Amino acid sequence: MAHKTIVEDNIDILVVGSGLGGSGAAWEARFWGQNKKIVIAEKANIDRSGAVAQGLYAINCYMGTRWGENNPEDHVRYARIDLMGLVREDLLFDMARHVDSTVHQFEEWGLPIMKDPKTGRYLREGRWQIMIHGESYKPIVAEAAKKSADKVFNRICVTHLLMDESKENRVAGAVGFNVRTGHYHVFKSKTVICGAGGASNIFKPRSVGEGSGRTWYAPWSSASAYGLMIEAGAKMTQMENRIVLARFKDGYGPVGAYFLHLKTYTQNGLGEEYESKWFPELQKMVGKEYLDPEASHLTHRPIPTCLRNHALISEVNAGRGPIHMVTMQAFQDPHLEEVGWENFLGMTIGQAVLWASTDVDPKNENPELTTSEPYVMGSHATCSGAWCSGPEDVSPPEYFWGYNRMTTIEGLFGAGDAVGGTPHAFSSGSFTEGRLAAKAACQYIDDGKGENIVVSEAQIDRRKKEIFKPLEHYKTYRNAIVAGDVNPHYINPRQGLDRLQKLMDEYCGGVTVGYMTNEKLLNIALKKLKVMEEDLESLAAKDIHELLRAWELKHRHRAAECVTQHTLFRKETRWPGYYYRGDAMKVDDANWHVLTVSRRDPATGEYTMEKAPCYHLVDDK
Amino acid sequence: MPTFVYMTRCDGCGHCVDICPSDIMHIDPTYRRAYNIEPNMCWECYSCVKACPQNAIDVRGYADFAPLGHSVRVIRDEDRGTIAWKIKYRNGTEKDFLSPITTKPWGKHIPKLAEVPGPTKEMRDSQLLYNEPKWLRMDDGGLRTLKDAGLTLKKGVYY
Repeated sequence: MAHKTIVEDNIDILVVGSGLGGSGAAWEARFWGQNKKIVIAEKANIDRSGAVAQGLYAINCYMGTRWGENNPEDHVRYARIDLMGLVREDLLFDMARHVDSTVHQFEEWGLPIMKDPKTGRYLREGRWQIMIHGESYKPIVAEAAKKSADKVFNRICVTHLLMDESKENRVAGAVGFNVRTGHYHVFKSKTVICGAGGASNIFKPRSVGEGSGRTWYAPWSSASAYGLMIEAGAKMTQMENRIVLARFKDGYGPVGAYFLHLKTYTQNGLGEEYESKWFPELQKMVGKEYLDPEASHLTHRPIPTCLRNHALISEVNAGRGPIHMVTMQAFQDPHLEEVGWENFLGMTIGQAVLWASTDVDPKNENPELTTSEPYVMGSHATCSGAWCSGPEDVSPPEYFWGYNRMTTIEGLFGAGDAVGGTPHAFSSGSFTEGRLAAKAACQYIDDGKGENIVVSEAQIDRRKKEIFKPLEHYKTYRNAIVAGDVNPHYINPRQGLDRLQKLMDEYCGGVTVGYMTNEKLLNIALKKLKVMEEDLESLAAKDIHELLRAWELKHRHRAAECVTQHTLFRKETRWPGYYYRGDAMKVDDANWHVLTVSRRDPATGEYTMEKAPCYHLVDDK
Repeated sequence: MPTFVYMTRCDGCGHCVDICPSDIMHIDPTYRRAYNIEPNMCWECYSCVKACPQNAIDVRGYADFAPLGHSVRVIRDEDRGTIAWKIKYRNGTEKDFLSPITTKPWGKHIPKLAEVPGPTKEMRDSQLLYNEPKWLRMDDGGLRTLKDAGLTLKKGVYY
């Protein structure tokens, strides 16, 4: 198969991955760079791509400052305690002080946001959440991105970033292939804003067959944000901070509206409240600073989500499962029943399918909850991602190197899952981060920082060979066997994904081992990941669709390696309920009240780990 | 299986192929109709179901935990700005839901930023984004700073 090379040159701002973060970047970039060339490269179709493809029923990050509801610093306090103290407060504060303008713009564009009939304000689901009819959230946001971009390239799987050859550690664009035509695409650009996704499917899922598609985070969130940036040598932070979700069993339907708006609650298989009885023991593990139920009760300071997970997991392990969500009371109210259902139809239709198929009507029966397999991402209630600069007026020197949301690679910016240290951004915060990155990227270009970039034909050709190698490999060895997928010369992407998930599950704290790991296990994981990397050179793709899966797997593998390195580095159990270091079962604030930062040397593949100081901008009030 | 396609309804138009976020709706070369090539990478997101002009695509819950005999059907009407759902249980129970999907005609109220007045130098030098400080504060004052919030930076600790 001949793969035509298509070059898009002289780009000022290349957006890689146009979910909520990338779309925010493309949209805002046009204002600050009205004559600049803005191009989007997206793996799917931007009308339905990214984590919000299916829709959302809530916007989980809205301050309501104009109504006197919350100030940005209140949100920093909330996200900080939820993440057990470790976040980038400068980035969080910055996102929170801008996010309301994003949400109000969404309403101006036509997104139906529910209103409180008494006050006329947005209808609150919880302190930070507002309720929307968000079936078309993504098409509306995509429309905005399309209005700003010069060109949108749908169905381009971006595999690598291009690097400048005249100045070290400066980005020069990206390359990838079209998943329909098989053409090779080269994007030469002064800046790149990485809006690619976090990682589903790097840990073995609970489901065993078809249902493994019903991941909590979208199956197309293929860790490309991390695969692209780690591979290019960007520093990463808090990659160990994977998240485990307590959700409705099997369908992974969301619980936020149920807890906050419908006031449903959980109980064990005997019909008892179970959470609080685990807290005294847990307090010994994490310290009173992080778990103080009395103070939480008095001040509405939330109990960290991971600790509530820990109680759920412990109760099930004690033999008192299943855990139920008590819906039977709330669902007697027809309005609340409608909210409960529309919540699923708006963002997790699979849960409605599951209840219909199993005859579960939450009006008559309390549905089961469970904890999911782990996910690695940076926009929901966790904060893995690249180590980025903050804004000039807020960030301390260690957090500031010239341009807001720029990674440690010059000209490479991030938004959404790509940026580390900013949990609880969700959809609106990710879009806002994209806007912030876009303004900074325009400034970077206007300052002349993107001039005289050199990309040699050699670099372009080398990547081309690398990208299409799995197709060649298949062609070469396919006829060594009669038929089928068992071949001594290669593995296919599904076989590779199964191997990755199994080893991450068993050695890096997945669901089948109760989220438990330790130094010995993690070192075995690294060894197996290294061997797997060799085998990924023998990955075979029988068609372009499998080539897409092959590159998703390579990105997932690289992200998994980085997660394992970070988990090994942090010798404590900071987030019980997300994972446990069996050889260091306590929170160790004396040594680990820090952010972990890694860098993989692209030349050698060696990781350097360091501790970065955790600055507190906001007091504890 | 997540999504599947009814043989007699599909005309092979490819709308589902065009929209699927997971790249798993493909046209079968023999039958010239669409099908789901990789059910275990299907999120049941319904993007293809909503996009199908023939209503030819449906969902059968994941075989490893969902029994047969149910259906969740949908009609998304862009002109009316609504989405209608019909849920049928295995035991025959039915539930209907109707929600808005937009409050305004598509795309008409999103400005073209290439055509609005461009930013001044003052705006460029500030921390403000497009259209700000609108919507940010009750008094339409400036952007929140650490000083406004009465906050000072506390030194980070390396340990």
